[in-house]
Amino acid sequence: MAKTYFTEDHEWLRVEGDIATVGITDYAQEQLGDLVFVELPELGKKLTKGDTAVVVESVKAASDVYAPVDGEIIEANTSLSSDPSLVNSAATGAGWLWKMKLADASQLEGLLDEAAYKTHIG
Amino acid sequence: MTGDDTKHLPLEDLHAAAGARFGAFAGWSMPLTYPAGVMKEHLHTREHAGLFDISHMRLFEVSGPGAAALVTRACPLDAGALAISQSKYTFFLNEAAGIIDDLIITRLGGERFMVVANAGNAATDEKHLRALAADFDAKVDALDRVFLAIQGPEAWAALFRAGIETGSLLFMHGIEPRENWFMSRSGYTGEDGFEIGLPEADARNLVAKLLEDERVLWIGLAARDSLRLEAGLCLHGQDITPEIDPVSAGLMWAVPKEIRAAGSFIGADALRAIAARGPAHKRVGLKPEGRQPVRAGAALFDADGNPAGHVTSGGFGPSAAHPVAMGYVQTALALSGTRLFADVRGTKIPIDINPLPFTPHRYRKG
Repeated sequence: MAKTYFTEDHEWLRVEGDIATVGITDYAQEQLGDLVFVELPELGKKLTKGDTAVVVESVKAASDVYAPVDGEIIEANTSLSSDPSLVNSAATGAGWLWKMKLADASQLEGLLDEAAYKTHIG
Repeated sequence: MTGDDTKHLPLEDLHAAAGARFGAFAGWSMPLTYPAGVMKEHLHTREHAGLFDISHMRLFEVSGPGAAALVTRACPLDAGALAISQSKYTFFLNEAAGIIDDLIITRLGGERFMVVANAGNAATDEKHLRALAADFDAKVDALDRVFLAIQGPEAWAALFRAGIETGSLLFMHGIEPRENWFMSRSGYTGEDGFEIGLPEADARNLVAKLLEDERVLWIGLAARDSLRLEAGLCLHGQDITPEIDPVSAGLMWAVPKEIRAAGSFIGADALRAIAARGPAHKRVGLKPEGRQPVRAGAALFDADGNPAGHVTSGGFGPSAAHPVAMGYVQTALALSGTRLFADVRGTKIPIDINPLPFTPHRYRKG
């Protein structure tokens, strides 16, 4: 049973067991505009909540995407190397960024649910 | 979002109604993108016609018996030799030949010139002009105008349909087609196009007519930046500054030969000295390998890891379909094809000196 969480930094996490798939929200991709490059993370990299996991680059600017919780990168969405615009067209689907193995599932409790995130973006 | 000092465009309501996303630039709240997005806006301009609100830029009229002499002192230019309606790309230089601002100056009449200045430098430029005007028999008027640019291969046709004839106006010429209007065939995209300064009420009418034409779309500042970068055009404050001279910037084409030799403009001695000894650094186009953009501020290194220069503008070129950048490198490394490396967040990205522009200019010169 997958459960989806959100962060105030406009990321989403879909959690199944101890694996989270992470991406940015539709609101975030709209703010960034057309993406032209995604710098993907190395497999096996251990991240602490708040570390830069991925850099997404639009025509105009580069933006960091942070690790929403502690964990280890187990997969990166390599289809973004050839088509970074997937993040614009399918931010919460085919435009996912990475998968991570959670180090501490209790950190999920500090995240937002969909209703709280919608309130956050107004 | 914006502080109290932020300036707002007179047509801001139209941009908001068109769904613009606003951002700060040079003290102004400017439309950055519209719902089409920077990529589509950029490509639309190259294929059809893009409408830009550039009212953040400032129009100055310099007039009087000493107007030509004033302009000839302020800029490396023989203003008295300009034909009526002829425009010139030029600069205000400081005594060290650093570029205070880059400008387009048009001769409107025997004793009248139009100066188009950048938003961020408008106050400095005005002070500079007024200080000079005290020494010449001339006056400086800052004009209260909406300033629009319409750029792209269909710009002339869209203006024609909106009731504005452009037929005999050629690239780098400007006229006053109606009372309190100024229209030049010029722009900041590398495309054929026009820049029109006009009163707000007239601007609202013109915009409404132009937007009825499906060839015309509002284009934001983000695409304005990617268009000018592909066209190899400098942004003052980034690619040229008061610390950079026109020799290093590769802009000496804008200084007529006889002025280089004998002009008595501000900064003449310094400019001649730099031209004689050659610049230490030169502005170049830069093409990163692969898809990753290299941004302003990135340090450049040669193959041995020695510092080679830095990037002053960088992003993605939607028409070029690859990342594009420009910057300054040591003169010995400025040859096209030279491979350098840009530091991007600790990774060295191969980047090659590339001729400018990245996309050919398509100006209507005759």
